[in-house]
Amino acid sequence: MEAYLNLFIKAAFIENLPLTFFLGMCTFLAISKRIETAIGLGVAVIVIETITVPANNLIYQNLLKEDALAWAGVTGVDLSFLGLISYIGVIAAIVQILEMVLDRFFPALYNALGIFLPLITVNCAIMGGSLFMVEREYGFGESVVFGFGAGFGWALALIALAGIRERLKYSDVPAGLQGLGITFITAGLMSLGFMAFSGIQL
Amino acid sequence: MKEETKKTVFDPLVDNNPVVLQILGICPALAVTTSLSTALTMAIALTFVVSMSNVFVSLIRNVIPNNIRIIVQMTIIASLVIIVDQTLQAFAFELSKRLSVFVGLIITNCIVLGRAEAFASKNPVGLSFLDGLGSGLGFGLVLILVGTTRELLGSGSLLGIPILPLVTEQGWYYPNGLMLLAPSAFFIIGLLIWALRSWKTEQAESPAYRIHQVHRHEVM
Repeated sequence: MEAYLNLFIKAAFIENLPLTFFLGMCTFLAISKRIETAIGLGVAVIVIETITVPANNLIYQNLLKEDALAWAGVTGVDLSFLGLISYIGVIAAIVQILEMVLDRFFPALYNALGIFLPLITVNCAIMGGSLFMVEREYGFGESVVFGFGAGFGWALALIALAGIRERLKYSDVPAGLQGLGITFITAGLMSLGFMAFSGIQL
Repeated sequence: MKEETKKTVFDPLVDNNPVVLQILGICPALAVTTSLSTALTMAIALTFVVSMSNVFVSLIRNVIPNNIRIIVQMTIIASLVIIVDQTLQAFAFELSKRLSVFVGLIITNCIVLGRAEAFASKNPVGLSFLDGLGSGLGFGLVLILVGTTRELLGSGSLLGIPILPLVTEQGWYYPNGLMLLAPSAFFIIGLLIWALRSWKTEQAESPAYRIHQVHRHEVM
């Protein structure tokens, strides 16, 4: 249990996806102007990341890994080069399914998240989560925790940045730095802040 | 035609740069720039993927039904990225380890899908290829600028060759360790945007909220 808690803290804070690995930057910078939309997108990312990382873990462990097809009587086959195309396919499919399920059963939530769901397919935080899962060889349980933690950390950073930007618009920023420039500097300062977590010993 | 071709290739370099103006493909621009060699590899890999995906998307643009085009484009891009990934693992294993997940993340790089969707699905093959090349070069230019700054100031070398003699090796340069950490990438791109927008003032964004100046005579 403790190992899972450590993994969660590591994924959410110490190795925060946007601020230490720069994953999901495009959406991170583009959709952080208002807190409400940031919360909507953040929740969507947590949900999708928690589902796709374990799903890709199952695909990797049972189909792609070297000798993984042993249950079907096929040995000596290494399909891991097909990883990239499978993961993106799984992610696109799950996003699509989730969109339909939400539309059918939870229309309120669908309306809140609606526009962000298709965007998430090409969010590199989701794909990055799956790739880190493969690179670090997480098991199924670990990948559930890692997916949730990574999504949580991403949402946390996004909402924090949105909060800062809402305040920032009243400040007197030099003309050339207005908008994107000052957002980068702000994200850099937040990243400095998150580096403090790297001192945590787990 | 000649003029248009030139514009397609060179426009994304400064006037319409994908990274600093369109906010596309920022993750790799920040993540792989701790050294110039990884930045160069990434720039070449992305230029290859974006120009080839533009060619293939443009070739099949009249055959593909509109509602499944995104998934077809994703498949084309993913296949190209697998080629790049396998080539790197075969011929430059050391580099491919240092780039870790970021080669795979070219798939979700918004520049690639963005160009396929916005340009290649409407234009002929030759022009699409040049458009991909231009976008790739514009992206590469930013990567090389950031990579040069970070490696030179962070470890006093370029492409692993010492340029500034380090104090630890009886030189005079104290390496700035911050340059090799995550925050510096944000600061350098932020400053780059500031520099570019002070030069090309038409790219500057107008403030979302302007403080109303109250002059004394209005109050009285």
